[in-house]
Amino acid sequence: MIKAQNVIKSFGDRTVLKDISVEFATGQTNLIIGRSGSGKTVLLKSLVGLHNIDSGAIYYDDVCFSELDFKARKAIRKDVGMIFQGGALLDASTVAQNVKLPLDLFTTQSEEEKMERVNFCLNRVNLDNAHHLYPSELSGGMIKRAAIARAIVMNPRYLFCDEPNSGLDPQTSIVIDNLIHDITKEYNITTIINTHDMNSVMEIGEKIVFIYEGNKWWEGSKDDILHADNRELEDFVFASAMAKRAKLAVK
Amino acid sequence: MFSLFESIGRYTLLMKKVFSRPEKMRIYRERIMYEVEALGLNSIGLTAIISVFIGAAITLQMSISLESPFIPQYLIGYATRETMTLEFSSTVVALILAGKVGSNIASEIGTMRITEQIDALEIMGVNSASYLILPKIVATVFFFPFLTIFSMLIGIAGGYVIAVVTGIMIPADYIEGLQYCFVMWEVIYSLIKIAVFAFIITSISAYCGYYAKGNSLEVGKASTRAVVLSSIVIMIFNLILTQLLLT
Repeated sequence: MIKAQNVIKSFGDRTVLKDISVEFATGQTNLIIGRSGSGKTVLLKSLVGLHNIDSGAIYYDDVCFSELDFKARKAIRKDVGMIFQGGALLDASTVAQNVKLPLDLFTTQSEEEKMERVNFCLNRVNLDNAHHLYPSELSGGMIKRAAIARAIVMNPRYLFCDEPNSGLDPQTSIVIDNLIHDITKEYNITTIINTHDMNSVMEIGEKIVFIYEGNKWWEGSKDDILHADNRELEDFVFASAMAKRAKLAVK
Repeated sequence: MFSLFESIGRYTLLMKKVFSRPEKMRIYRERIMYEVEALGLNSIGLTAIISVFIGAAITLQMSISLESPFIPQYLIGYATRETMTLEFSSTVVALILAGKVGSNIASEIGTMRITEQIDALEIMGVNSASYLILPKIVATVFFFPFLTIFSMLIGIAGGYVIAVVTGIMIPADYIEGLQYCFVMWEVIYSLIKIAVFAFIITSISAYCGYYAKGNSLEVGKASTRAVVLSSIVIMIFNLILTQLLLT
């Protein structure tokens, strides 16, 4: 479980997160949605510790993560996996080297054991033949899958995904969504996904948090979202003419 | 002025992070070897080309300037050796490497910053500053002195070749000049200087890249800033070290 309690974060005079309290359950795909610039990336980066919050608290299970020093955070970070918007694979390393890096740095496993784990993770994301390829040689979908493999190689308890579908075609997006969802269930991970892709919301959104102008505006499930009585959420969800027509047809 | 102190403070904090205990020495050793190749061995060609031509040019200039029946010809070899040893092979080579290696480091680390690769390392629990910057510093501080020795030798050889090819002087006089009043400390002074300059180039360039923000334009600016700042600091330290070690 990951919990944010009264989180406030500002950059200069601009308050980006305004007193946000929210809880993300274990074994669920939790989605943070909102328009561009609403503060969802700042919330995700605050949850993961890339931004230090101004006030409030962030809990990883029973541990108050936001109060930990650099050393103590480092211990928790070994349980954290993150998939960045652009993949963030190390350009100078091959796919296998990227996935193996956390094992090299933080485990005492033999080279064979490490390669076995790397092969398992790459197989899990259907990248069996990409070991020796460099990130510049991969397609967008392959980069995301390699990033997922790297994120799960240490058996994380918490998985953060920053717009994992951005720049991907609808079919590849569904593959990535399902992969993240399956991994979450398989390993009972607390997964938080930052997205503005409504397909993801309707496919895998077990808990959805809508952020609007730095505030938590609404939360619920994918079933609730279609019937929510919230104008800003409705504007966001049914932004396209096609979605509006579909809603009218359902009504 | 405030911004200058802020930058010095941030640079100091970054260096503190860089020199904290590495996660796993074996990984760092591998990275140091990689950086020796990327930053050191790949600079040999450039250093060789510039040194041989400068050595030859110095010999030519000296032969013109010192053309007098009252000045012994071996002084041309002596002047070439002194120029190469004292200033060119350390300071000028450092300025050239600030352009090549400094911009390389700043743009590499800057790109890693804006494409969130540094964030990814931090999330894994890796001390990104130490992981990325320390192997570069160690590699350059240990390898650049070899480049300097190489530059001295090849520059002096360039002078010899031009002396032989053009016939401006008797090669034996050139050799005599090279041996005339040789002080080993001058070579050591030059090696100390290049080790300090290597640290300056690598750490300042890494600092500029590490704190790059925004897009590819900013990476370009960080790269330019790295070269300019490194060059200025090299010139200042050249004066300080000369005063401390040579006078």
